[in-house]
Amino acid sequence: MPRHIAGRVGQALVAAFGVLSIVFVVLHLSGDPTLLLVPPDASAAQIAELRHALGFDRPLLAQYLAYLGQLAHFDLGQSLVQRAPVAVILAARIPYTVELALAALAVAIGLGLPAGIAMAVWRGRPAARLLAVVVLAGQSLPTFWSGILLILLFGVTLGWLPTSGADSASSVILPAVALGLVTMAGFARMMRIAMLDELGRDYVAAARARGLSRGAAILRHVLRNAAIPVVTIAALEIGNLLAGAVIVETVFAWPGIGQLAMQSIAARDFLVVQAVVLFVSLVYIGMNLLADLAYAWIDPRIRRGP
Amino acid sequence: MTPAPPALEIEELSLSIAAARVVDGVSLAVAAGEVVAMVGESGCGKSLTAQAVMRLLPDAVRHQGGRIRVAGQDITALPDSAMRRLRGRALSMIFQEPQAALDPLATVGAQIAEALRLPLARARPAVRAMLEEVGLSDPERRIDQYPFELSGGMCQRVMIACALIARPALLLADEPTTALDVTIQAQILALLRRLAAERGTAVLLITHDMGVVADIADRVAVMYAGRIAETGPVGALFAAPRHPYTALLLAAIPRLADTPKSRLAVIEGRVPMPGAFGAGCRFAERCPLADARCTAQAPPLRDLGGGRHSACFHAERVG
Ligand SMILES: Nc1ncnc2c1ncn2[C@@H]1O[C@H](COP(=O)(O)OP(=O)(O)OP(=O)(O)O)[C@@H](O)[C@H]1O
Ligand code: SF4
Ligand SMILES: [Mg+2]
Repeated sequence: MPRHIAGRVGQALVAAFGVLSIVFVVLHLSGDPTLLLVPPDASAAQIAELRHALGFDRPLLAQYLAYLGQLAHFDLGQSLVQRAPVAVILAARIPYTVELALAALAVAIGLGLPAGIAMAVWRGRPAARLLAVVVLAGQSLPTFWSGILLILLFGVTLGWLPTSGADSASSVILPAVALGLVTMAGFARMMRIAMLDELGRDYVAAARARGLSRGAAILRHVLRNAAIPVVTIAALEIGNLLAGAVIVETVFAWPGIGQLAMQSIAARDFLVVQAVVLFVSLVYIGMNLLADLAYAWIDPRIRRGP
Repeated sequence: MTPAPPALEIEELSLSIAAARVVDGVSLAVAAGEVVAMVGESGCGKSLTAQAVMRLLPDAVRHQGGRIRVAGQDITALPDSAMRRLRGRALSMIFQEPQAALDPLATVGAQIAEALRLPLARARPAVRAMLEEVGLSDPERRIDQYPFELSGGMCQRVMIACALIARPALLLADEPTTALDVTIQAQILALLRRLAAERGTAVLLITHDMGVVADIADRVAVMYAGRIAETGPVGALFAAPRHPYTALLLAAIPRLADTPKSRLAVIEGRVPMPGAFGAGCRFAERCPLADARCTAQAPPLRDLGGGRHSACFHAERVG
């Protein structure tokens, strides 16, 4: 296993380095990044001054090394729009998005996995078909629309839950449900397919032949085997969840990095947008690494392999 | 004193998938300590018969009729929970692909212990002893290994350990050596033979391979398209078959000593598709002795004496 894990960690580091470099290249693609950073009505003198202040008149390689050096100190530059360090702006938003993502993930896993398991175990029964319809609905409703429906029902009509902002502890519920529903459908489908695949295998028949009930065979053998493909794909779903957060945070006025991204795009606050991209990419890479480690932990063929 | 009932008695078992009778009136008995081989071409209903005995038929398959008695007890009428208690203890089963029949994520020992309904920690001494009995080296270490760390032959030994540790009186073995290479095949068959003899276990062995039948079985039931064609003691049946299908099977065994496997070789013509069975003998299309009666009427399984039965109108003319 150590070799496997070292390999995966190495891959993740290379991928992270690649992301950092791509972000740098994109910033310099236009030739003069200064123009991306200044307001449209800036004068030529102001632009020249800023170009020099940010070091954009130095050789590209020197800029690249300086950029990596800054990142190593969590220095993401200075937002000219908000007149504050980008790192500080980002750090203020991250806890909100983490809270929302974790709550949404809890919704997605808490509903999606049992739904997927039930659809597989009850295959062919009316209950399974009903669940399939619910899951499909959860998957096909666009988040901005299901978000507005949730606001109307629980916020406006019933008045049970806050509909925007992050002022009370229950504020996270509606955005988490809106965000979690889409991912929930993904988890349910993956789990159903993985379960059906495993239920048809010989080891299930063999377990039953030695006296296990169907339920015991599922609990003791099938679930763990079905978890392997699901864990692997779950990392990708978490990536999708972050992308979905941009819309959900906007609909629910949730002050996370999704909302920050929207605001910064609108305000042409390029360095902040860039920082959000960096953050999301690195989280994505981290999640994949985590999935690989979880996979190795579940599967003895990897854990005890070379 | 009445004689003990056979370990397994199948009486007129019929199974269907949709409208097709894929197993049609199969009767068969296996006595304690006896090894009975069930042979026949792919799709003739061997595995379904075994699954019916375990009461683990696929959903698509309907039990149309017939009784199955295990040690005299009719299991077709048992509630599910009672049947579950019998599995592993009164009867058990081993499979064609030993590696696929083991959960890749559970240790060998944990899976064997399940047959005892005990956690491995408590079953450990019994599991170790059983692994030793099936000839696994270093059993103490093997207990904690995973199936991928064992070869196919070792996995089949583990499956046998799993199947026999709770001392069932009946073992169903569905092509237990088909997936293994020849030398390992012979070892596994010898192991089955020895354990069955030592423990008095009745074995129903399903195989394609007439060579395996000759090696290990006391009696043989030849199946064709869901029906029993012929049954009898191995020696007598091999010496003088009483069904044209058996005769063709035996004639098709490769004679060369270096032929690795004497699989059922190709016999001209095809098995009729389930659902396309006519009223007559299901072998008629391919039978050299077929006449008008054969296509009109199904031949019943007749007692020929000497423990032999044949479902052929012209049994006496075969050979
Ligand atoms: N789960 C299932 N669903 C539908 N049909 C099935 C199923 N299992 C078996 N059958 C059909 O039932 C018939 C008998 O199958 P069975 O598995 O008993 O054959 P077999 O004699 O064991 O063949 P083989 O030597 O290939 O294992 C075949 O026609 C097969 O296609
Ligand atoms: S009954 Fe007729 S067709 Fe069937 S095996 Fe005998 S001779 Fe052939
Ligand atoms: Mg079979």
